[in-house]
Amino acid sequence: MYAGAVPFWYCALQRVKRLLHTRLVPLLSVFAAFSFVIMMFNLPLPGGTTGHAVGMGLTTVVLGPWASMLAISVALLIQALFFGDGGVTAYGANCFNMAIIGSLVAYAVYRVIAGRAPLTHSRRVIAAALAGYAAINVAALCAAIEFGLQPVFFKDATGAPLYAPYPLHIAIPAMLIGHLTFAGLAELIISGGVVAYLQRTDPSLLKATAPGARDVDATQEITQSGWQVTRPLWVGVALLMLLSPLGLLAAGSAWGEWAPADFKNPQARLAIARASGNSAPPTQAPQGVEKLSSIWTAPMPDYAPKFLKSEKLGYMLSAMFGTGLILMAFMVIAAIVQVLDGKRQTDELVAANGNGAS
Amino acid sequence: MAGGVAIKRKRRKSFVEHTLAGLAATTAHALQAEEITKADGLLQHLDPRVKVVGLLALIITAALAHSLWIILTLFVIALTLALLSQVSIRTLARREWIGVLVFTGCIALPAIFITPGHVIYRLPLLHWPITEQGVRSALYLITRVETAATFSVLLILCTPWTHVLKALRVLHVPVVFVVILGMTYRYIFLLLQTAHDMFESRQSRLIGKLEDREQRRLAAASVGVLLSKSLQLSNEVYLAMQSRGFQGEVYTLDEFMMQPRDWIALFSFLVVAGLGFWWGR
Repeated sequence: MYAGAVPFWYCALQRVKRLLHTRLVPLLSVFAAFSFVIMMFNLPLPGGTTGHAVGMGLTTVVLGPWASMLAISVALLIQALFFGDGGVTAYGANCFNMAIIGSLVAYAVYRVIAGRAPLTHSRRVIAAALAGYAAINVAALCAAIEFGLQPVFFKDATGAPLYAPYPLHIAIPAMLIGHLTFAGLAELIISGGVVAYLQRTDPSLLKATAPGARDVDATQEITQSGWQVTRPLWVGVALLMLLSPLGLLAAGSAWGEWAPADFKNPQARLAIARASGNSAPPTQAPQGVEKLSSIWTAPMPDYAPKFLKSEKLGYMLSAMFGTGLILMAFMVIAAIVQVLDGKRQTDELVAANGNGAS
Repeated sequence: MAGGVAIKRKRRKSFVEHTLAGLAATTAHALQAEEITKADGLLQHLDPRVKVVGLLALIITAALAHSLWIILTLFVIALTLALLSQVSIRTLARREWIGVLVFTGCIALPAIFITPGHVIYRLPLLHWPITEQGVRSALYLITRVETAATFSVLLILCTPWTHVLKALRVLHVPVVFVVILGMTYRYIFLLLQTAHDMFESRQSRLIGKLEDREQRRLAAASVGVLLSKSLQLSNEVYLAMQSRGFQGEVYTLDEFMMQPRDWIALFSFLVVAGLGFWWGR
């Protein structure tokens, strides 16, 4: 999980450094301390229970996703190391789920729902509340998937799971029930409540993540890049990437993805028949399939290159390779959109200036 | 009569009191750690870099081991180190073990019944099966987490925080992160104090019980105030740093010196970790 988190940290550090330069150190330190302290707050929840919030919705709304992921990572490290909550070995996963995924999801949800509403609009309160709620739940889902995959990969000689013992179908509901109700509510109350409070006292603090807010002047809108517009898509891709190993757990092969040899194997025939509404498959592989299969040998047969003996590793690598290709495609599209967008906006600006001049 | 009943019933603590207690406990927790770091024990005398590298190696060995015996042996080693460093079992239990046991135990307990495998016992009345694999898996989880947690708490209890941070440089943690971590730690206490004062002043003006809705408003407002205070603080710190010539570059003074006993300790840590890794594959 450390390997997953490091590129995000690096990227975040570079972005935040460029933006803040010498302000980086004091701002991040104080904000990390702030996130740490609010994790201690005991929030009263409806129904007489209490809960703690991580505050990722709130820090994201005030600082933006990149600075937020750094601040929360630092707060989590001090919590793990110094106060012994959450082990050192789980730190990478914790950061990945809560600081990184949490901040990105919170930002996407907040931006999408808040839209261009003015800074003091009630829509921003709802957006922040839902951002906090969505962030903690997606983080919990990621954690559940990580837990759920562990018994598949790590077992001792007797078949006893070495790490987390629960398969996905138990881990996901167990994690999500708690988070969809209590933990999610704490996050929802804190994010929404504090944004509402800031709107009354100091709305300028909400400016950083509201570049399109209606009371901001037009020049700032133009600087908004295509990246920000497409960010929800990126988050979606990242999520899919995380979910891709799930395919490993589905029993049997996907419908329609049969190998020619499966048609001759009686067991495989039975499986195909069951999957196809009990209609018996032909005894021979369809000629087309047979012919094609001899011509077309995929560069990654059965999703696993030959030099990779472990099927699981191959599957994971193939998933990453596939998503990498998709990401590249996205990047190309995003670049094209940005160029076109920029051109259109300059055209409009020129037109507007021209009108003003005449 | 009714009044008597009401008085006898334990009053539910308000969230303000709960939070106050939590904030005070956190500060006390940190102060206690600071006191132990000054004790005259084995680990306290070692070079912080040796402790960071050595204990981290043992944590990783415990995390990777595929054998219960290896994990238990590492746990015994952790206990011995604790006793040699004047960290009492009671401190360890109160700071780490009980919390970890409750948390991990809750996660591990259902695994005893749910994990498929060889059934060794059935609960009377409920007829729930207990499987060998389930018990092993729960034991793996609990012993592993307890062992790793004991090593990491030993590092913190026997090394001043500033030294831990400085020692992180050996692991090539970027210096800017190390500085941020150090400053964060300092400001945590300032903000803990600020939050404590805010809640205390509120609590002292509070009569009766706030409604849940009001409590939530109060909580959100407190976080909001703390947020603006934090931003203001970060601005002031920034200006203070700038006026002292801060240009974005960070320099640290490294005055650690390796003594012969540090080399011996480092060697022993790595040998134990290596053996544990080899046998626990």
